[in-house]
Amino acid sequence: MKENLYNYILGIADNSLILGQRLGELCGHGPTLETDIACTNISLDLFGQVRSYFQYAAKIAGDKRTEDDIAMLRKEREYKNVLLVEQPNTNFAYTIGRQFLFDAYHLAFLAELQKSTDLTLSAIANKCIKEVSYHERFSSDWVKRLGDGTEESNQKMQEAINDLWTYTDELFHQTEADKVMVSEGVGVDVTKLKLNYYKRVNDLLQVADLEIPESKYFQKGGKEGVHTEHLGYLLSELQYMQRAYPNMEW
Amino acid sequence: MSNKKNWPLWEIFVRSKNGLEHRHFGSLHAADSEMALENARDVYTRRSEGVSIWVVESNNITASNPDNNGELFEPAHDKVYRHPTFYELPDDVKHM
Repeated sequence: MKENLYNYILGIADNSLILGQRLGELCGHGPTLETDIACTNISLDLFGQVRSYFQYAAKIAGDKRTEDDIAMLRKEREYKNVLLVEQPNTNFAYTIGRQFLFDAYHLAFLAELQKSTDLTLSAIANKCIKEVSYHERFSSDWVKRLGDGTEESNQKMQEAINDLWTYTDELFHQTEADKVMVSEGVGVDVTKLKLNYYKRVNDLLQVADLEIPESKYFQKGGKEGVHTEHLGYLLSELQYMQRAYPNMEW
Repeated sequence: MSNKKNWPLWEIFVRSKNGLEHRHFGSLHAADSEMALENARDVYTRRSEGVSIWVVESNNITASNPDNNGELFEPAHDKVYRHPTFYELPDDVKHM
């Protein structure tokens, strides 16, 4: 089995899986009917992307595991998502802040992944990028609305950005699998996305009348499986059915 | 979001495919026309129902008053001669 490629795919897929699960929590709870549907639509987009990645990963693994096994039956330390996407829906500003900080990265990442020498990955990226362009449009629009809205909405949006900022740097860290995949022309060199990412994010924060956080202290670990306390709770909900009723089918 | 009740109502028109006209699909709340478009995209076209969306703030629609239905619509009820049903069509003419 191509261990590095397998791990590389999981690293991409887990971000979408965990963020999709977070957004799915808003089903029936969104602040308005319209935003509720918008957030769960994004969630479903992400789950659709996740299926393509995990189907490919299952093929590479070449054992009896299916896409569902890979998605649902790993332990917490085996999930490779960045810390940003597992952060909770503290309030709508956090949901939107998390979404924008991820979308801006996701969009730039997929644009590069389209150039991958791995044709399956480049085809998946090609399909996903339209969806993610809309996600970024939706989330950046809401950052502007909340930042440049009322005094209260500005304060809440600022608080969310300040709190989530510490998780942004990890997006540009490379794992061992990343480095090997980059050298083979399969993977995206995320370190090269960093400059434009912060430019895009800072520009938007300025338009949205928000301060750019100055903190230089960043959290990391998600890509290596070391997560914040929030992931365990999320996984227990995500995995409940398969754990309680093994091999259950819908 | 205590202001959500203040968001105006928008009427949503969707063209289901090129060549067809926009049809009224429903209404939703949004702060402005751009948000109304995005909301309409998510609420009404997520199962690929459309290729084009129009949004109109409901305030801008002038509607007929149901109290006037008598004078507006009833006079048409007994004017069957306004329907083109009195022509004999030759057998060769199809699709009429």
